Amino acid sequence: MFSRLLYGAQNTLGGAVIALAVALVIGIPTGLLAGYYGSWFDSVSSWVVNLVMALPAMVVLLASRAILGNTVWVLMIVMGVLVAPSFFRLVRGIVVTVRNELYVDAARVSGLRDWRIIGRHILIVVRGPIIVQISLVAGVAIGLQAGLEFLGIGSGSTPTWGAALNEAFQNIQRAPVLMVWPGVALGVTSAALVLFGSSVRDILEEGAGEPPRAVALPAEAPRDADSAPRGTLLSVRDLAVAYARDGGGEKEVVHGVSLDIDTGRILGLVGESGSGKSQTAFSVLGILPQGGRVSRGSITVGGTEIVGLPEKRHRGLRGRTIAYIPQEPMSNLDPSFTIGSQLVEPMRVTLGLGAAEARTKAIELLRMVEIADPERTFRSYPHQISGGMAQRVLIAGAMSCDPELVIADEPTTALDVTVQAEVLNLLRRLQSERGMGVLLVTHNLGVVADICDTVAVMEHGRIVETGTVAQVLTAPSHPYTQRLLASVLDESDVRPPWRDPSTEVTPA
Amino acid sequence: MLTFIARRIIAGVFLLFVISALSYVLLSLPGADVGRSLLGQSASAEAVAAKNQQLGLDRPVIVQYGDWLLHALRGDFGSSWFTSENVLTSISNRLPVTISVMAGVTIVTAVLSFLLGIWAAVRGGWIDRAVQIVSVVGYALPGFLITLILVIVFAVQLRWFPAIGYIDASVSLSGWLSTITLPIIALSIPAIAGVVQQVRGSVKDVLNRDYVRTLRARGLGPNRILFRHVMRNASAPALTVLGMQFVGLLGGAVIVEQIFGLPGIGSMTVSYTTRGDIPIIMGLIMFTVVGVILINLLIDVVIGWLNPKARIAS
Repeated sequence: MFSRLLYGAQNTLGGAVIALAVALVIGIPTGLLAGYYGSWFDSVSSWVVNLVMALPAMVVLLASRAILGNTVWVLMIVMGVLVAPSFFRLVRGIVVTVRNELYVDAARVSGLRDWRIIGRHILIVVRGPIIVQISLVAGVAIGLQAGLEFLGIGSGSTPTWGAALNEAFQNIQRAPVLMVWPGVALGVTSAALVLFGSSVRDILEEGAGEPPRAVALPAEAPRDADSAPRGTLLSVRDLAVAYARDGGGEKEVVHGVSLDIDTGRILGLVGESGSGKSQTAFSVLGILPQGGRVSRGSITVGGTEIVGLPEKRHRGLRGRTIAYIPQEPMSNLDPSFTIGSQLVEPMRVTLGLGAAEARTKAIELLRMVEIADPERTFRSYPHQISGGMAQRVLIAGAMSCDPELVIADEPTTALDVTVQAEVLNLLRRLQSERGMGVLLVTHNLGVVADICDTVAVMEHGRIVETGTVAQVLTAPSHPYTQRLLASVLDESDVRPPWRDPSTEVTPA
Repeated sequence: MLTFIARRIIAGVFLLFVISALSYVLLSLPGADVGRSLLGQSASAEAVAAKNQQLGLDRPVIVQYGDWLLHALRGDFGSSWFTSENVLTSISNRLPVTISVMAGVTIVTAVLSFLLGIWAAVRGGWIDRAVQIVSVVGYALPGFLITLILVIVFAVQLRWFPAIGYIDASVSLSGWLSTITLPIIALSIPAIAGVVQQVRGSVKDVLNRDYVRTLRARGLGPNRILFRHVMRNASAPALTVLGMQFVGLLGGAVIVEQIFGLPGIGSMTVSYTTRGDIPIIMGLIMFTVVGVILINLLIDVVIGWLNPKARIAS
C-alpha cells in the first residue's frame, strides 16, 4: 500500500508539474507583453483568456481525452493551457499598474531598452505574487488531476492517488479503510501547497503594517473637570487618546488636550499632520478608528459629558447636536447611493421625518449651500459631481439636522484654490446665520486668519499655544507657532508660479 | 443598461460561435475511425465506409461543421452516433437534475459565504481566524475528496442519506431532497471557501472607507450602515467571484454526479465524451457555455444595479 502511494506520488506530482510548467510558459510571457505594451495584443489576448475561462475545465479535459487519447501527460498539457489564464491575468494586472510607476518612467527616460526594464524592474515586482499563485495552482492542479484519475479517465495502468481512490471507492461498502491513505496523501499535499501559498500572500500583504486591534476597555471615569463656564458649547479637559498596540499595551497619541468653544464662535485647531488634531476632533464625535479610545479626560457638549456615554446616546448626539464635515469630499460620499438619498437617510433616521418632508428639506439644503440645480444634484451620483460640489453636499448634510457644534476636519484642503475661498465663505455665512460653534481643524494659518475667532496650536499631541487669532498670529509666543507662521510666509514668497498638479502632495 | 445587456448578448453569441467552431474542428482532428469503432473489428471495410458516409464523415471538416451549425441554429443538434438518441431530448431529460443541484449550491453558497464573511470582517478576532482557516482548508482539499468523505460519513456510516441514486421531485419531494442534499453540500464547501474570503476582504475594505466614518458621524446606527451601505458596496467584487466559482462548479458537478450516481449533465459528460460522440459532446459544450454566459450576464446586471459607476462605465 505504502509503496503504491509513493509510486503514485511520482505520477500525481509529475503531472501537476507538467501542467504548471505549461501554464507558466504560456501565462507569464503573454501577461508581461499584454501588460507592458497594451494595444491590440492586450485586447486579443484578454479576449482569448475570457474565452478559456468561460470553458468548464473538466468538460474540456474529458473531451480532449476522447480526442487525444489516454495519456496523463497530454491531459496535463491541456490542463496547463486551461490554468494559464490565471497567471496571465495576475501578471498583466500587476504589470499594468507598475508600468506607469515613476521609476519605470525614469528607467525608460534614461534610455534602458524595454526588455531590460521588463527584466530588471518589472519581473521583480511580479515574482512574489507568481510564487504564491504557483502553489495555489499546483494545489488545484493536483486536485483536478486526481479527480480525473478518480473518474477512471487518466491512464488506467499507472498507479496514481486518484486511481487508488477510485479503486477504493468501488469497494466502499466492503473496505472503506482503503480510501484513507490515498485520501490523506492527496488532502495533505494540496492543502499544504494552498496553505503555503496563502500564508506567503498574507505575509506579503501585511508587510504594510497590521492595523491595531480593538480592545474593549472602558474609558477611565473623567477626572473632576473644571466646570465649564456658561456660554461654553464645547469644553475639552485633559483629553488623552490611546491606541491598542499589537503586542498588547497602548500608545498614547494625544496627551492631555484642553480647549473651549463658545456658542457661535470658531476655533481653529492648527498643527502639522500627525499632531493629533484629527484624533481630538474624532474623540468629540465619538468616531475614533478601531483600536482607539479616549483614555482620560472629559468632553462636554452643551453641558453633556460625552466620555463614557453609552454608544447609543452618543449616537443620538451625532448628526443632531454635533455634525461633521470631512476632508476629502469625494471619498466621503457613498458611491452607490444618490446624493439625495444620502441626505434624506440621516434626516429620516435621526429626525424621524417622512420621505416627502425629508426630500423637500434636502432640496432646500442644497439650495442653501449655493448649488445651482438642486433637483438635478439630488438625483446625481457622487461620481457625477465635482469635488467642490461634493464638499457643498457634505456641508449640506452636516447642516441637515440643525447642529449646535460643527467639527470641520480640513474642509478645504482637498479643493482647488478658487473653490476653497467659496467654501470658506459658505461656512462662515452658515455659521453666522445659525449661530453654530465650529471646531475647524486645519494646517493652514491663512484659513485661520480668515475665519477663526480663537486658535489652538497643537504639536506632538499637546496644545502648545492658545489665544485669539490676533494674539497668536501677530505675536506668537511658542517657537513651534513661530515656525508654522514662518513656513506660511516662506511658502507664499517662494512658491513658483506653476506646479504640476500630479506631483502636488495634499497634506493630510 | 439595455444597450449594455444587448452588447453582452451579442458578445456571448459571438463567443458561442467561436467555441463551437473551435471545438468541432478539434474534436474532428485526430480522424478516429468512427465507423470502425461503431461497427466493431469484425465489420468489413465497405460497411465501415458506408457507415462513415451515412454519418457524413467522409466530407471535409468545414463542411461537417457548417452542416452542424445550420442545424443547430434551427434547434436541431442531431443525434448520438452510438445510441441514436436525440441530443436535445437526452440533454433536456438530464438538465433538471443538474439545475436543481446547481441552484441549491448557488443559494447555499451565496447565503453562507455572505453571512460568514460579514461576521468575520465585523467581529474580527478568533471568529475571523476560524473562518479563514476553514475557508483555506475547504479551498485546499480537492472537491471530490470532500465528496468522498461526506459519502463515507453521512451515507455509509450514519446512513442519513442514500449514497447513490436520484429521486425526481415529482415522485417524492422528501426523496428528492434526500438525494440532492449531499451533492449540494459537497459542491458548496469549496465554493463557499472561495467566496467567503472575497466577502470578508471587501467588507473589511469598505468598513475602512471615509464615507463609513461620515455616515457614523451623521448618527446612523451600525446595523444600518453595515446592511445598507457596506453590503451594497462590498457585494460587487464578491458576486464576481461567485460567478467565477460557477464555472468551476460545472467541473465539480461532473465528479459529484458520478459519485452519487445522479443522472445529470455531468455524468452524461463522462460517459459520452470518452467515446468521442461528437454530436453529444457539441451539445453538452454548447449548453454549458450558454449557462456560463447567462450566469455571468446575470451577475454583471446585478453589479450594474448595485454600483452606479459600473453602470456608466459599461
